[in-house]
Amino acid sequence: MPPKVIVTGAGIITSIGNNVDETFQALISGQSGIQSIQVLDTVHNNDFVLGEVPYTHEELLQMAKPHPHKPLTRTALLGIIAARQACQDAGIDLNDGLKTGLVSATTVGGMDRSELFYKDFLHKAEANPFIDTHHAGNSTEMIAEMLEIKDLMTTISTACSSSLNSLMFGARLIKSGMVDRVVAGGTDGLSKFTLNGFNTLMILDKNLCRPFDAERKGLNLGEGAAYLVLENEKSARQSGKTIYAELAGYANANDAFHQTASSEHGEGPFLAMQKALHKADFKPADIDYINVHGTGTENNDLTEGRAMIRLFGDRLPAFSSTKAFTGHTLGAAGAVESVISILALQNNVVFPNLNFRTPMPEPGLTPVTETVEKELHHVLTNSFGFGGNDSSLVFSKVKKT
Amino acid sequence: MNRVYINGISTVAPHQPFAVEAAGNSGERLSYLQVRKPEYRKYIEPKAMRRMSKIVRMSIVAAKEALQDSSVEQPDAIVTGTGMGCQADTEKFLNSMINNKETLLNPTAFIQSTHNTIGAQVALILGNTNYNMTYVHRTFSFESALLDSLMLISEGEAVNVLVGGVDEITEESHLIKTRIGYYKKEPVRDGDFYHDKQPGAVAGESASFFVLSSQKNDHSYASVDGISTFYRPSGREETAEKVRYFLKENHLTVEDVDFVLMGYNGDTEFDGIYDLLVGDLFARNTIIRYKHLCGEHDASSAFATCVAAKLFREKVIPGLMLKQGRGTVPGKNILIYNQFRNINHSLILLGRP
Repeated sequence: MPPKVIVTGAGIITSIGNNVDETFQALISGQSGIQSIQVLDTVHNNDFVLGEVPYTHEELLQMAKPHPHKPLTRTALLGIIAARQACQDAGIDLNDGLKTGLVSATTVGGMDRSELFYKDFLHKAEANPFIDTHHAGNSTEMIAEMLEIKDLMTTISTACSSSLNSLMFGARLIKSGMVDRVVAGGTDGLSKFTLNGFNTLMILDKNLCRPFDAERKGLNLGEGAAYLVLENEKSARQSGKTIYAELAGYANANDAFHQTASSEHGEGPFLAMQKALHKADFKPADIDYINVHGTGTENNDLTEGRAMIRLFGDRLPAFSSTKAFTGHTLGAAGAVESVISILALQNNVVFPNLNFRTPMPEPGLTPVTETVEKELHHVLTNSFGFGGNDSSLVFSKVKKT
Repeated sequence: MNRVYINGISTVAPHQPFAVEAAGNSGERLSYLQVRKPEYRKYIEPKAMRRMSKIVRMSIVAAKEALQDSSVEQPDAIVTGTGMGCQADTEKFLNSMINNKETLLNPTAFIQSTHNTIGAQVALILGNTNYNMTYVHRTFSFESALLDSLMLISEGEAVNVLVGGVDEITEESHLIKTRIGYYKKEPVRDGDFYHDKQPGAVAGESASFFVLSSQKNDHSYASVDGISTFYRPSGREETAEKVRYFLKENHLTVEDVDFVLMGYNGDTEFDGIYDLLVGDLFARNTIIRYKHLCGEHDASSAFATCVAAKLFREKVIPGLMLKQGRGTVPGKNILIYNQFRNINHSLILLGRP
């Protein structure tokens, strides 16, 4: 039997908080981090709202306290801050002889610096230090260097499902015995590239996003980073670690329909959720809460809703999208929402789906709109991305022994 | 882990491995190596092709050919490794955003700029709803994809996995990376790939796809027996130690390795790392080079895997490939060792099926 994979540490930074505690406080008090643009330097600064981590590059440098001579992107800085928290929280001792891996996700990599200096990259004879921080693996390497993780590292990029996939791969690395523990998650700094890209697709709401509402107009972008420490249950119990949850099920499927739109009945989302439950050996009725992908776009919420009905029928568990708190943090979203799902499990509370007023005519689903106390045992979280890349994870409460 | 076999291969590359008209003879001066355009139309409908960037086109051709070669129609998973992803589309959107001051932008390049466009387009063309993953970590990209694929088969989640490594070269990325010394400043005469005295490598590109399977058949090229990556070793001792440990883990000695494919790329600053290992550990093994056929790029280990897997069926190793040792085959074990500027090191072990 492969070992169980459990969560022993968490770290997070988004527009609603610099760490796990602040995140929890914002969630239970219904405090969103989405507001007018404060940090990003864009011609659209009066057009949109964003879930920005409200610090400049220099301020993040102060917070991340990196080695002095490495050029660091916003994506790397956010990643360092969150991953370090996770390792400290889990009390990882890199000299205990266990093998540690780092699996990180990002969609834009170092774009926040590249877009500032791209003309210099091209035209200035003098080499810009940010030329080689553009590639997606850079932030992972910077995190690995700061945390001194050397045994195994890799980076995943599958658009908005990226960091659920890094958690899934991390869990599988532990189950296969390749490593004993993994720091897994994702990081994405906001960039003009992303804002303008989503703007051309006309799926940005200029006001606060309203996931699952009939009148929803699109998503709000956000940024941030979140990491979990995943460990082999046996070794974690031996060392007497605090156990937050078990990562009990995981799956990825492809919608194979369109590069950006989901299929009418949400085939990929349906398969991802179904396979994740199967992996955990659960029935749909075992799930107490779903932290949905719920971006607030016309297409996502409709097809995700339909896929949920297909799987859960008329016994749909409580669900909410927390993207109206953080904005859509893209490559970090899966890990951000995994931390939120674990907070829900630990505290037996369902966080509200903000800004919801009217159910869409079909499939007519109503999310949880107030903070609700509820005994939770198993939580499902979804992330669906461009390229039809759909993933779901199941986190379960672990009995103390 | 169970043994895993390579049952289908295709590479779209500047030069085909073991082709008669191989690299090194044209005398042309080359800034970088580019793929020879395959017959895209054979595999992609013209309407679909119009919007596709080069990296997606070459990936679809390689993916489809690898599937055909293996007679597998629908793989149980599609796993892609790409260091830089859809470079051309990323540059296109970035440049128009900067030049037009964030106005009048077309979404197509943005939509196609995500790294997983490659795997997604392959899935879309096949109508494949299975597991689909993309690894994007410089020269660990294909290696990670390969590791994931081996794990999927060992977990029983997949029988056949389509796995590929792909990167494209663009004019701009070449210019930018030449500025930081990754590539040679002046063009290099074909044939001088390994001897030109300028620092930096000669860049290239390729798309190589494989069908991996838990099932051996008459058509199996090789088995994939091991994969390992390591980051910034402290020096030659640690590098040699990692290689020794990898072989030991796979129950092999240095003598058991018949061929070592090494990622020599003509960079005067970093090729010494290979030389040290050859001098130290592999003094009596046959050493093979391959980057004059594909150029330096993040997915070059996928091309190397293609060369190595096909090596089991060859009789003679062409001249420029042979760095040291005997020029004739057969053999049982092939080791691929690649490193990028002493940062990302990787080892892949193939066996005779």
